[in-house]
Amino acid sequence: MTSTEEALSLANGLPATTETRELPRCPTGVYGLDDITGGGLPLGRPTLVCGGAGCGKTLLALEFIVRGATEYGEPGVFISFEELQSDLVDNVRSLGFDLGRLTAEGTLRIDHVRVERSEIEETGEYDLDGLFIRIGHAIDAVGAKRLVLDTVESLFSGFSDERVLRSELRRLFQWLKERGVTAVITGERGEGGLTRQGLQEYVSDCVILLDHRIEQQRSTRRMRIVKYRGALHGTNEYPFLIDRDGIRVIPVTSLRLDHKVSRERVPSGIAHLDEMLGGGGYYRGSSVLVSGSAGSGKTSIAAHFLEAACRRGERCLLFLFEESPDQMVRNMESIGIGLRPHIESGTLVVHAARPTLTGLEAHLAVMQRMAREVSPAAVVIDPITNLTVVGTRLETNLMVTRLIDTLKSSGITTFFTSLTGSPDAPEATDIGISSLMDTWLLLRDIELGGERNRGMYVLKSRGMAHSNQIREFVLSDRGVQLAPVYLGPEGVLTGSMRLAQEAREQAAAAARRWEEERSRRELARKRAAIEAQLAVLRAELESHDEDLRKLDDQSTAEDVDAEDRRTRMARSRKQRS
Amino acid sequence: MSHKNSESESTRDAREFWDLRLYIAGETPKSNAALANLRGLCETHLSGKYRIEVIDLRQNPELAMADQIIAIPTLVRKLPMPIRKIIGDLSNTDRALVGLQIERRIH
Repeated sequence: MTSTEEALSLANGLPATTETRELPRCPTGVYGLDDITGGGLPLGRPTLVCGGAGCGKTLLALEFIVRGATEYGEPGVFISFEELQSDLVDNVRSLGFDLGRLTAEGTLRIDHVRVERSEIEETGEYDLDGLFIRIGHAIDAVGAKRLVLDTVESLFSGFSDERVLRSELRRLFQWLKERGVTAVITGERGEGGLTRQGLQEYVSDCVILLDHRIEQQRSTRRMRIVKYRGALHGTNEYPFLIDRDGIRVIPVTSLRLDHKVSRERVPSGIAHLDEMLGGGGYYRGSSVLVSGSAGSGKTSIAAHFLEAACRRGERCLLFLFEESPDQMVRNMESIGIGLRPHIESGTLVVHAARPTLTGLEAHLAVMQRMAREVSPAAVVIDPITNLTVVGTRLETNLMVTRLIDTLKSSGITTFFTSLTGSPDAPEATDIGISSLMDTWLLLRDIELGGERNRGMYVLKSRGMAHSNQIREFVLSDRGVQLAPVYLGPEGVLTGSMRLAQEAREQAAAAARRWEEERSRRELARKRAAIEAQLAVLRAELESHDEDLRKLDDQSTAEDVDAEDRRTRMARSRKQRS
Repeated sequence: MSHKNSESESTRDAREFWDLRLYIAGETPKSNAALANLRGLCETHLSGKYRIEVIDLRQNPELAMADQIIAIPTLVRKLPMPIRKIIGDLSNTDRALVGLQIERRIH
């Protein structure tokens, strides 16, 4: 029997020279899987996909076939040992896989191999040529490049002669390699090994392990490449999920830093904030984080940004994890930001969901899918921190990383709000994601003088000369206003203390003006008094002059009189004598 | 190559007629042994009331799927009902008789 020779050659290991070269890849088309396998499954070789019941093996295998037929022009054969063809067709219809159409087009062939122990009495020597012929015929019928055997281990329940089965399986996989089809073999996870029947002994090129567990009442699916011969592959566990588009593997750790950056600015919607950011606003395609404690005005800043973008006619996508769209629109209307017309016109697309509704990966998938469908200029997530209730801090960070990565590579500006817990150290809680952010605005409550006011500053903004000042942040019926704060010896003064300080300054100024006026009036009065004195003196002088003139006149007159009298006297004397 | 053997069809009986179909894949030692064993078994236990049809799946591969054949050789008892299926080269006569439920009928 040739199988012993094969067993020996496998046990000894194949020559190393053939192992070191990179195997050509067959792209699966399964979202994310090709990223973590470096391009796909080994071309023309069998790959083992194993995992427990309900882990998604069959779906992964089926998607591999469907994507091949629909996206890569590679017809496929699906050999099902468990499910009937009609069941398979029904099960994946909800995922948008129309197996009936593909079968009719001749790009897919499904064969249900029924293994019934009760029907099979073994009467002597046999082999599995019947199965070989079936598979071979199916491959030839559609010209298949891809093949799935799901789950070939079922044969072990139908045939009692394990020795024959094992040698036949080894022969089967060897034969598949010779036929050059890229095959996915699924296997049920066994107690002490990857598969119940040790299939990994036969399929040695690539082994993928799927896992489905419940953590904190949430279903989490994970995938790990256990083995990929002659290739570097991600060794981490990658979360994956099954949504309406099929399987989505989230290669969370593959953050790329090769996206193009834009020098174009997008206004923040708040004129003063644009000034603080060196004029112009955020960079297009950058990521912006606004963090602050509850009620500090994060959503308002986001709404300003959205409204400004919508008004320029740029499509925006808003994810709400806290409020309903109606509630948010109403609240923003109260500060004079009208989002409703933009929602109605379709410029603004709002998606609201409870964070606990689904797992983290599902949220990410929804966001990525919507971003693909809407192709927005900006995406706002309010607040990103609510997602931490679904996953751990690490998971959320990885998810945000992945999301930013996707959106940035499409040149989409991302805007996140983040709720910080402790007002004492608001920066600390955001450290995980803040390093991913290009611009970080921090809203701080400033409690002073028996009231709480909002202060805002730009903690960082990469690539722009931004203000280092704290501005007071006032929510008015005309939206967010940024007021310069009073910086005095006792620190930042805000709110009514700022107003009081301003009033004091105004009073002082008024007093100064009044004092000046008073001095001016006093001087004028003094001048008037002096002038009055001058007038009196002048009048006195005039009267003196007058007196003098009178005196002169009088003396002259007296002289005349005296002369006159003398004359008259002389005249009278002459008359008497 | 497909060759039908219609041996001893003269005493056809609806209740006691055996319609057997043997699936093989080419002329291999196993399939030759199976056919020889089957013929001997039928002559011994079912003389005159059986028909053997040999189907070579190499010639008619589509029948492997249609008739749910995995192992080679496979013998299908189409009549009498219900359908029974046994595999192997029939070298173990006892098991073959049990599988075809022949022994009980004979004794």
